[in-house]
Amino acid sequence: MTPLRWTLLIVLLVSSMLIGVMFGTLRLGMHDVINGLLGHASEMNNSVVRTLRLPRVLLSALVGAGLGAAGAALQGATRNRLAEPYLLGVSGGAAVGAVLAVAFHAPHALIPVIGFAGALGAVALTLLVARAAGGHGDARTVLMAGVVVGAFANAAIMVALANADAMAVRGALWWMMGSASDASWTQVATLAAFVAVGLAILLAMGRAIDVLALGDDTAAGLGVNVARVSLTVYVAGALLAAGTVSAAGLVGFVGLLVPHIVRLAGARTHRSIIGSAALAGAALVVFADLIARIAMPPAELPLGAVTAIIGVPFFLALLRRLA
Amino acid sequence: MIEFREVSVRYPRAAVPALDHVSFVAERGRITAVVGPNGSGKSTLVRALLGRVPLASGSVLVDGAVIDLRHRRQLAMRIAAVTQREESVFPLTIRDYVSLGRYPHLGMWQAASADDHRAIARALELTGTENFLDRTLDELSGGEWQRVRLARAIAQGGDAIVLDEPTTFLDVGHEMAIFELLGGLASDGLAVMLVSHQLNLVARFAAHMVLLHRGRISAAGTPDTVMQGSVLESVYEWPLVVTRDPAIGSPALVPLRVPARPNRTRT
Repeated sequence: MTPLRWTLLIVLLVSSMLIGVMFGTLRLGMHDVINGLLGHASEMNNSVVRTLRLPRVLLSALVGAGLGAAGAALQGATRNRLAEPYLLGVSGGAAVGAVLAVAFHAPHALIPVIGFAGALGAVALTLLVARAAGGHGDARTVLMAGVVVGAFANAAIMVALANADAMAVRGALWWMMGSASDASWTQVATLAAFVAVGLAILLAMGRAIDVLALGDDTAAGLGVNVARVSLTVYVAGALLAAGTVSAAGLVGFVGLLVPHIVRLAGARTHRSIIGSAALAGAALVVFADLIARIAMPPAELPLGAVTAIIGVPFFLALLRRLA
Repeated sequence: MIEFREVSVRYPRAAVPALDHVSFVAERGRITAVVGPNGSGKSTLVRALLGRVPLASGSVLVDGAVIDLRHRRQLAMRIAAVTQREESVFPLTIRDYVSLGRYPHLGMWQAASADDHRAIARALELTGTENFLDRTLDELSGGEWQRVRLARAIAQGGDAIVLDEPTTFLDVGHEMAIFELLGGLASDGLAVMLVSHQLNLVARFAAHMVLLHRGRISAAGTPDTVMQGSVLESVYEWPLVVTRDPAIGSPALVPLRVPARPNRTRT
């Protein structure tokens, strides 16, 4: 990645955030946004900018950054182009948590918390299964364990949904499809802490991931403790993903797609792949959330649906290039 | 320098051990070649050195001290390995790839120093790979790829280099170039340990040969003592004769054809 490309990426992110704050049911000009940020605009504009749009845009950016970085690191550490942040049971576990919360009539506000707990539980289960089956050193074992835990989670969801009432099911489904509409400053602060810690760990592991991507034996020959580095990346990546899930539900395709885009844009070593995937993922989710808000007013589209709609053709184009 | 002392390795669910009380030393200043049929335990030996398989018994020593896998980086600073399998799912540029040889020398956030750059430049020059620095691994031919891997190992520094089949897929010229390079490294004082199927080349370049058969050492010593027709014939389970290389007189193996059966058509 050349300095020019890093600059372009940052410009892309900042401008997508600016546009994200400007557009919505109430359309603001650049001037209103800047005055709103400074608190010099009208009462209503101040409030729209500072309590509605800005936290929402920031939350979307953090979700995208977390998913992009986690996806990039997990693809590298597992040497698998199709790896994504939800791989280690995060999505299945979060969904089980959400559905259980609904089935047991937990208050709506608790769904993200229980979903987060479910995600962590599933990740722990995946890593335990992988360990029992032969250790964290072998990426294939971990991927298979994730598939097994995911299948188990799906079965649990179907059993739980069989007994839930229709409205509750709709609530759970809506949450699972992802949305940044409940954004608050508390959520922004919590997720910012998650992303800061997770991103720092993954960037620190960047060089080790480069070595790991060459294969376990080569990595061992270069002094990497394969099992320990793999486990660190899995845990940091899964925590990042779980943090985004608790903030905005399941937002598919971002963690899978963004690392491919930044690699095509010239990022080769994992420190630059992870860093640029965080920036590009942030811009992508901010943009997707904007579309979710303005595409079919007054209804909002699920964020996960928008990222998938953007992602699918993009990914098809990528496949053509890679093939 | 690298000593295998009574090393045994047993893979789970395997009936016989992959290595059975194997002892030998790869000294500095010479090429030590490990040869033997497929499945004789050659690659397991390399994996045992890297701590990739647990030892059932015995130990691997470096300069008299048992290797401590808690300090893998220190080990990697002294011994570079080119293993048999390597993946490049996310192709790096040659520059980045060879630089990874300096991984054990660098702290987590430390940038490459002048020493690191010197080591990388020397490795590129020795292997003749300095001309494709900006290409990516997936754009290399098989021969270039092997040379680049060797460059990475040389950049790693240290005083031993271990290679598992470094000349697979190479044509005669490239293969000879690699062997000459390894010979040069050995005469510079490095311990070169080489796993190879190329018995005749090994017999020309190695000072010490270790012949493995079903996890045990069948013969060890100079090429002349190891390259005995009767021993090789029983180990490789194929009729052969050992003759002399016409150029330099080193022992050379010539596998024989089995008499064609009359009902078999020629292809």
